[in-house]
Amino acid sequence: MATLAPSAEFRGKLRKKGRALQETWAKNKNEDDVQALVPVATLSKGKHQTTMKEAQSSEEDPGETLKRTLRAQRQRQKKRLLEQSSAHESHDNDDVEKISTIQPQSEDRGSAEKAADPMNLSKPPSGAQRGLGSGIQHSPKNLDDIVTLHLQEKLRAARPASRLQSLRDRDTITRFDREVDHDGAGKHDVPLAIRTRVKFREAAKRAVKGLPTAEEAYGFFTYNFEPDPKDGTVRMSRKKQKQRKTVEEDMGEADEQEDSEVDEDNQDEKIGQSEEVPLVQEEEEGLFAIQQSSQDFLEVKKAEYRGYRKLIQRESELLFTPSFRTVPVAIKLPENMKPRYLEDEGLYVGERPSVSLTNENILENRILKMEEGKKWFGDDGRIIALPDPIKESSTRPPLIHMEEDLDPALQTVYKKALKSKYAGLYISSAADPEGDYQLDVDVSGLIFSHHPLFSREHVLGARLAQLYDQYLTRQHNNLTGHLTDKLNGLRRGLRNMLEIHGGQCLTQAVQQRISEYSLEVQNTRQLRDSEQEKDRTLLKNMVKVWKEIKALREFQKFTNTPYKLCLRKENVDRASDKQEYEDEILAEVVELEAESEMDYQRKLAEYKKQLEEWKLWRRKQKTKKKKRKKKKKSQAQGDTEDEDEDQEVSESEGPAEEGPPKPEPLEKPDLDSIEQQVREKASRIRRKPGESILIPELSASGNITAYELCPRAEKARRDHVAKCFLFIKILYNNKEVSQTDSRSLSTDFRVHFGQIFNLKIVNCPQSINLQVFEEIGSSCSLLAQVFVPLPEPSGLTGSVPLEEFEFSSNQRVMFDHEGVGSDVPLSFEADGSNKQILMTSGKLACCVSWGTGEDGTPLAPPVSQQPSGIRSGLGYFDAVTYIGASGLYDMKKIGEWATQSRLDPNDPKNASIMQLLKVASGGEVTAPEYFRLEQLQQEFDFVTDEELDRSKRLRLLRLRNQEVAEFRNYKCVPALEREVTDEVFQEYEKRLKEGEIIDTKEHLDPHRALVAKYLQKIRESVINRFRLAKHHYHLSDLVIEEEIPSIGILGRNLFKLAEPKRPLKPQRKERKKVTTQNLSDGDIKLLINIIRAYSIPIRRPQSNKPGQSSQGVIQGSDWLLSQVQVRPFVEVSFQRTVLQTTTADGPNPCWNEELQLPFSAPNGDYSTASLQSVKDEVFINIFDEVVYETGVNDKDRGKSVHTQVERHWLGSVKIPFSTIYSQTRIDGTFKVNTPAVLLGYSKERSYGTNGGYDILRSLSEGAFITLFITIEPQLVPGESIREKFDTQEPEHLLQASERFERDAVQSHPDRPCITTVIDLNGKTVFITRYIRPLNPPQELLDAFPSNSQEAMALVARFVSLIPSLPDSISFSGACDLWSTCDQFLTLLAGDEEEHAVLLCNYFLSMGKKAWLIIGTAIPEGPTAYVLTFEQSRYVIWNPSSGQYYGQYDTFCPLQTVGCLVNADNVWFNVQQYTSPMRMSFDTTKAKLWKPFFSRSFSHPGLSSVQPEELVYRHIDKAAAAELQDRIEKILKEKIMEWRPRQPTRWNRYCTTTLKHFLPKLELSGGQDIAEGHRHELQNLLGDNRISGFPLNLPFSEIRPIIEAVYSTGVHNIQASNAEFALAVYVHPFPNNVLSVWVYLASLVRT
Amino acid sequence: MATNNPSMFLLTVNGQIEGANFPEFDNLYCKYCFVYGHDWVPSSGLEEGITQITCKGIQSSHKLIWNFPLETTFKSTNPSGWPQLVMSVYGPDAFGNDVIRGYGATHIPFTPGQHTRTIPMFVPEPSWRLQKFTSWLLGRRPEYTDPKVVAQGEGREVTRVRSQGFVTVSFHIMTKDMKKLGYDTGPSGPANTQSATSSWSTEGQPYNM
Repeated sequence: MATLAPSAEFRGKLRKKGRALQETWAKNKNEDDVQALVPVATLSKGKHQTTMKEAQSSEEDPGETLKRTLRAQRQRQKKRLLEQSSAHESHDNDDVEKISTIQPQSEDRGSAEKAADPMNLSKPPSGAQRGLGSGIQHSPKNLDDIVTLHLQEKLRAARPASRLQSLRDRDTITRFDREVDHDGAGKHDVPLAIRTRVKFREAAKRAVKGLPTAEEAYGFFTYNFEPDPKDGTVRMSRKKQKQRKTVEEDMGEADEQEDSEVDEDNQDEKIGQSEEVPLVQEEEEGLFAIQQSSQDFLEVKKAEYRGYRKLIQRESELLFTPSFRTVPVAIKLPENMKPRYLEDEGLYVGERPSVSLTNENILENRILKMEEGKKWFGDDGRIIALPDPIKESSTRPPLIHMEEDLDPALQTVYKKALKSKYAGLYISSAADPEGDYQLDVDVSGLIFSHHPLFSREHVLGARLAQLYDQYLTRQHNNLTGHLTDKLNGLRRGLRNMLEIHGGQCLTQAVQQRISEYSLEVQNTRQLRDSEQEKDRTLLKNMVKVWKEIKALREFQKFTNTPYKLCLRKENVDRASDKQEYEDEILAEVVELEAESEMDYQRKLAEYKKQLEEWKLWRRKQKTKKKKRKKKKKSQAQGDTEDEDEDQEVSESEGPAEEGPPKPEPLEKPDLDSIEQQVREKASRIRRKPGESILIPELSASGNITAYELCPRAEKARRDHVAKCFLFIKILYNNKEVSQTDSRSLSTDFRVHFGQIFNLKIVNCPQSINLQVFEEIGSSCSLLAQVFVPLPEPSGLTGSVPLEEFEFSSNQRVMFDHEGVGSDVPLSFEADGSNKQILMTSGKLACCVSWGTGEDGTPLAPPVSQQPSGIRSGLGYFDAVTYIGASGLYDMKKIGEWATQSRLDPNDPKNASIMQLLKVASGGEVTAPEYFRLEQLQQEFDFVTDEELDRSKRLRLLRLRNQEVAEFRNYKCVPALEREVTDEVFQEYEKRLKEGEIIDTKEHLDPHRALVAKYLQKIRESVINRFRLAKHHYHLSDLVIEEEIPSIGILGRNLFKLAEPKRPLKPQRKERKKVTTQNLSDGDIKLLINIIRAYSIPIRRPQSNKPGQSSQGVIQGSDWLLSQVQVRPFVEVSFQRTVLQTTTADGPNPCWNEELQLPFSAPNGDYSTASLQSVKDEVFINIFDEVVYETGVNDKDRGKSVHTQVERHWLGSVKIPFSTIYSQTRIDGTFKVNTPAVLLGYSKERSYGTNGGYDILRSLSEGAFITLFITIEPQLVPGESIREKFDTQEPEHLLQASERFERDAVQSHPDRPCITTVIDLNGKTVFITRYIRPLNPPQELLDAFPSNSQEAMALVARFVSLIPSLPDSISFSGACDLWSTCDQFLTLLAGDEEEHAVLLCNYFLSMGKKAWLIIGTAIPEGPTAYVLTFEQSRYVIWNPSSGQYYGQYDTFCPLQTVGCLVNADNVWFNVQQYTSPMRMSFDTTKAKLWKPFFSRSFSHPGLSSVQPEELVYRHIDKAAAAELQDRIEKILKEKIMEWRPRQPTRWNRYCTTTLKHFLPKLELSGGQDIAEGHRHELQNLLGDNRISGFPLNLPFSEIRPIIEAVYSTGVHNIQASNAEFALAVYVHPFPNNVLSVWVYLASLVRT
Repeated sequence: MATNNPSMFLLTVNGQIEGANFPEFDNLYCKYCFVYGHDWVPSSGLEEGITQITCKGIQSSHKLIWNFPLETTFKSTNPSGWPQLVMSVYGPDAFGNDVIRGYGATHIPFTPGQHTRTIPMFVPEPSWRLQKFTSWLLGRRPEYTDPKVVAQGEGREVTRVRSQGFVTVSFHIMTKDMKKLGYDTGPSGPANTQSATSSWSTEGQPYNM
């Protein structure tokens, strides 16, 4: 309580008491009281100087004033204020009044809660007491008595007051107020009233006075009283000062009082709660004897009082009250700045959200108080605000009606529609945003002109009604009458005219007029006649239909329709009628006669003219004829003037010359017949003279047969009708607004609704649609829609007549009862002819109009709708309504509209229209003659395309982005154009050029060049395809996720734990794989572990004895010991880095050395794709180190022996890097590729082979080397593309193959299984389609006609001579592409698969049993071999080398067999072992081989993709010879090039010898003739030390040949006297397959 | 090359990985690396780094502080492939296995001046529920094959991720010769005041009258 502002509280309480007093007064109407009041008032005068004056002025009629006040205080503040202001207009503007005006406000607050509190109550009297002091004594005795009594009562009641008293006190508040109403109840207030009488009086007076506004009151109490002259105006401050004065006075009083007051704050709660006690206690000290008792309960303490001024001061520290006056602009803006209005500058400023000015002012004042407050103000001095965010149209979708499903929480609740300010904006008349518009839709009813439930009678009845309607309208229009009148008038006019002129001296103009008149008469007459005829037929029809109805009613024996047609006869005067009739006919006849006469005249004139013409022509003809007729005068006399004869003559020679035809003579019109016709017509279309006029009258007064009397079918129909209900939905702007009640269909098929719907509209009306629904039982169907036109704004309710709108529906309805249905043929004839089809149709009577308000104002949008008050593009929404939809294409109209609606040109919403207008005003809108998809693209192109192409830098960037090989990883494209050198593009451009120009030098053969080009193209397209595919990521590409361990793996791991540890058998551990992305040069090394070699050829002792055979080598072991057989070492060259091992001894050396070769990727690109396409090969060459003593130098008497080290090439192994990369490691024993003849060396063991498939045979052949090759660090090999290729295989086959492969991988992950492959076109093809018997070249078969084995070997050799080109190289490792055999032979390049397929097909055509083996081999990795079955033995063929192995051959390179393929099936190896030696190839055993096509999934008969027959080109020996010369030349040049320091001498003699020898080698397959050849050479060359060997290569390009020659190192011989011999032989095979033999030898003279 | 017509521009990145906010995890460390295009060359400073392990403090209950300095200079000829900072945060799980706690990336700001970036972090989700359980059990959560994946847009559509927390990084950017080469990265005005006002304005409700 103490914290309340004392003044407010004080006054509030005063007010309270005052009211109580007044109430009592008003009730008692005691004259004494009034009188008693006066002295009090006068007493108070002494102290309250300032208030006194006012008190007196209002004293005149205190009773009335009080009464009025009483009334006033019961009402709400506003009303009271108004009332009081009217009651006290006369009051001057005194300061006291000012204060009092504030009273109601405080009272309002205080009385509600605080004043009623007992403690509060106690206080005000204490303050007020002072003024009353003596006055109380004068109060009447009776009142005193009442008070005493009442107080005693109260005291008694107060004693047991509980803690909850305060709550009850609250109740007393209300009672307090209410008690005024009943008499006795208010009495206990009296003492209070007395005590505070003066004050209350004063307060009451104050309350009565003035006009306190809420703001003022509020302002007063919240005002910051700090002296602040700036804020307030002078007037205000003066007022304030006065207020303060009064307040101070009050406070002064209070202070005085304070001493004698009891401190109530510290009072016991219990006591304090008893409301009246303290009051009484304090005040009545000297009055009542009860004083003693009250002191028993009361502890009296001083009230703690805080000075008002202090409080104000304290408040001012804490509180801030913003002023609500406008803030000057200058304050809001930074110093010395003028406000800037963006709108004036032409910028668009959105509409600010509306905020009342007062609130805005308060906010501004508040903001200004804040630090940095100014930043909230824009340049225009207003608070920064975004445009109004409220959308102008609702975007919420309409709620779909599903009442049952609707959640109860979502159930719609009816709320009274509120008028939104914004909603009003939609209507065009934005001038009155508050305006509301109302459309009244009056749905009166509908009548069916046809309904499916019509009975036949109804149909006829409807027709009759229709006819009658027609009749009525015709009658109403009375066209016939009008026309008759017109006709008569015209006739009269014509007659007059003729009479005036008297038929003579007719001028041209008059004649013209007469003819016009008569023409008009003629037309009018015809019109009238037709109208009359219509009238007549209508009447006839009506009668006819009526007769039909009657007949029908007769027939069906009941009546359905109430129609009744009466023909009322109107008798006419027979004579006059007849006269009229005759006159009419006569007039018509006369007219017709005149017309026909005129017609005749006109025609006659025409005829005459034509005749003249004809005669003229005729005469001409005659003259001509006469000349001719001079000879034959037979007919000369007949030449008369008679026309007929003329005609004859002319006809006789008519065909000769054609002239104008002779016109027909005219007949005179038959006037009699005219009359006849007229009469006939008249009888047809007019009633007969004297016949009474028939006036039909249709009434609906007939009786309808009762339901019971009807037959069953009719009953059913009527039942149906009774079940039929109709209602109409009203759709406004396609939204359902309301619907009528459903009304039943009456028997006469009329429905009356008579409902008027008042639509309060906010949106522009676009359409009003009434939908007629029919409801039969529970089914409800839409019958028809009626679109009602929108009313004109002037069309107000009441002035718009009801209109009928026709509707119809094309629904087909049929019934089995009497109802005729709809859209069903219906016939009224007995024979069923003359069928009609009737559609449901009817008329809807309704009207739409604008409503009128209560005061009769039209609720329609104004006609002219120019908003003046509100700018902005509100009119935008009205563009269509304003100018109409069609007007949108009219620029002028739009322009007009835009200027009228004052579109804001800066509003972004209007940008498009403004643009349009600008174009329109700028001149003719010329439609461009082209169409552009991205018309703005050009503007955003920062340079033209040509410039783009010219810029080297941009080109570089583009090429890099396209991942062109040369630029794929180009680093640091220069920032500036000039820094891009041309060299960058040289390589690329060269490559581009190469694509077009075939480098014949490289290829030596135009065909191969072409093939190379073709291959290049395929390669590019495939690479592009895969580059795209590479950008498709799988989850596993991005995220490493642990596989869920299966139970099997878990178990195995558990077993592993239990396994004994074997430290002496270390196992190779998987190294960590490194992704290739962040590698650079030098990071990758190739590790080659050369372990050992077997059966290296050994040196042959230098002897000239020719008889020594190879067997002699192993003659004696002692000789072997004494002489070093061979000292081999291994040299590895890779990317021109050459490393070698130490030299070991013997033919079975063991090196066990590791060589590290650095690897660098092309262009520094270590991406997977780039690594896969590395073409480099690892050459592993075995050399023999031969030391020769060149002589003994005994200069120093010592034995210094000069030796010369030579190395002789013994053989080589080639392993492509791509194989190493894809395999990650290569581990195994490889056959060393030894030349067929090694001069100076012999094989250790050389058992003669028997030509069979001997196991030992392969053993005997050549040397073997065991290697382990890997890459450090281990690189992640490129993965094959998982892209799904398009295919022509059936879906189920693909699925089966997928399943088969998946199962295979799951059960045996290490066995390759292929069922589908990709062909050159990138399509998936089933593998068996590749196998088909194909004929090998006939030449090969002819070579060994008897020996099939030899033939097979030859065929294998042929296949192996086709150059091998791994797919991983040609297609950068993208995938394996399988080409068909003809493609393979055309390309002459292919992978192992192609070789294998071709070989397999050849074998099949040779009648062998052959399969394709899909497996892995060393060093190729996954590959394809061929398996044949012959002589109960399986033979494995390596198609790329032409070698064959027995099944149990230990050195067979095939390591794993995954599956077997032939033309019919694919078998997957499910045996325990994969090595060919340990497995069975019997595919019939299902345990060992799992077939793809089985009984459950049979072979669908896949056709082969291979051609039926292969066509080979014949051997071209000349080309081979030419190539041979060229190769020789090139090689010789190369060798000389490689020996830059020494002269290279060629031994011609040796060369020729070698040349002769090479063809023999080819024929023998490089066997058996070696010894003889060596001897031959030895004999020839005498004591030359000769070392050399022939090389055999398939021919593809020159480069591999050079490489092979280089790798042998023959050119490295340093001996000064060395001579060389080089012979080249190219052996041609069919189809341009070439076998190249290079014989290279070095001779050193010993 | 003379200073008048430079051929490369320089971008110096100073700053620090200030800390992270991972409400659920503790004892985290962060690995960072820069990802940049073909035309960029780091000329000085560390390209990759790994921070210390940090625990949450007692007072600031969910803030992990690393304060790990970054200092790298790049030179480039082409703004394409502007360097990105890729962060990956790791920490032990309930069983003590080191698992990924978040990947995130942000471009190095290109206007000179001071910048603070809060990088949302996320981890790839296991592909199915059982996988989720086993990965939790085995402590081998799914990880990106390469953290740099988060700096590229390609192939991300195959992954599903879950957001985990935030890492705050502050940068001090200096550039040299960018304008000379024609790349205007806008005013290098004080970004502080702007950010201050903007944060203030989000709190204020100017039109709430």
